Amino acid sequence: MQLIHNISINMYLLLSTVLFCIGVFGVLLRRNAIIIFMSVELMLNAVNLLMVAFSSFLGDTQGQVFVFFIMAVAAAEVAVGLAILTMIYRNTGSVDIESLNKLKH
Amino acid sequence: MVNLYLFYFLSFLAIFCALMVIISRNPVNSVLFLILTFFAIAGHYVLLNAQFLAAVHIIVYAGAIMVLFLYVIMMMNFNKESEPSKTFVSQVVATIAGGILLITLTGALRITDMQIASGHPCECTGLVQNLGRVLFGSFLLPFEVSSLLFLAAMTGVVLLGKKNTNNT
Repeated sequence: MQLIHNISINMYLLLSTVLFCIGVFGVLLRRNAIIIFMSVELMLNAVNLLMVAFSSFLGDTQGQVFVFFIMAVAAAEVAVGLAILTMIYRNTGSVDIESLNKLKH
Repeated sequence: MVNLYLFYFLSFLAIFCALMVIISRNPVNSVLFLILTFFAIAGHYVLLNAQFLAAVHIIVYAGAIMVLFLYVIMMMNFNKESEPSKTFVSQVVATIAGGILLITLTGALRITDMQIASGHPCECTGLVQNLGRVLFGSFLLPFEVSSLLFLAAMTGVVLLGKKNTNNT
């Protein structure tokens, strides 16, 4: 079953680039720290998608193993990051990054 | 030919939902759109013959990480009124910066000559059998070290989330 017969790698490159730029745009645009965190996840996923695309087109399994490891690290990162955000919210009552620019309160 | 239409549909869905994550004012809506984006990306994985990664992606991202996000957002009691927004000048500057990055990356990729664009993709790379052979062969040590990473992350989260009883 040849699923990716008529889709070229350039289209995946373009899609990943657009998704990554949307992530960067979100980091620059929003002030809510949780939305910024979600934008970072979006960027991670754009890179993951490109890695799987290259791995599939080259017929190399190692790229997909690396994506597997990236997912594991992302899961740990989200857990720690959300714990830090919860602690910040408990101490300051907001997760607005403009009010967190003093590193103390 | 159906694959091409499926690719366009999934790409459109992913980009549209990613934009809605950024644009929507309500953080809960952002999380729900992000879940839709992840499902679209999982569809792309299936198109790329990476069935195992598609399953893992749905389980880890849509199942675990997004539930964590949703739980934290509901705990923090956000709503549309308390949502902070940047000034108009900052928003314009952010839009211009993001657009310039997109144009630069797209231009750089356009002039890059992709030699593998005409290569014939292998159909068997994403199966569990081949992935497992690589994962438990040459990548056995990183696999075990990642469990250590999870232990460290879990300890850190418990330590961070603990309520400080002796107020200093």
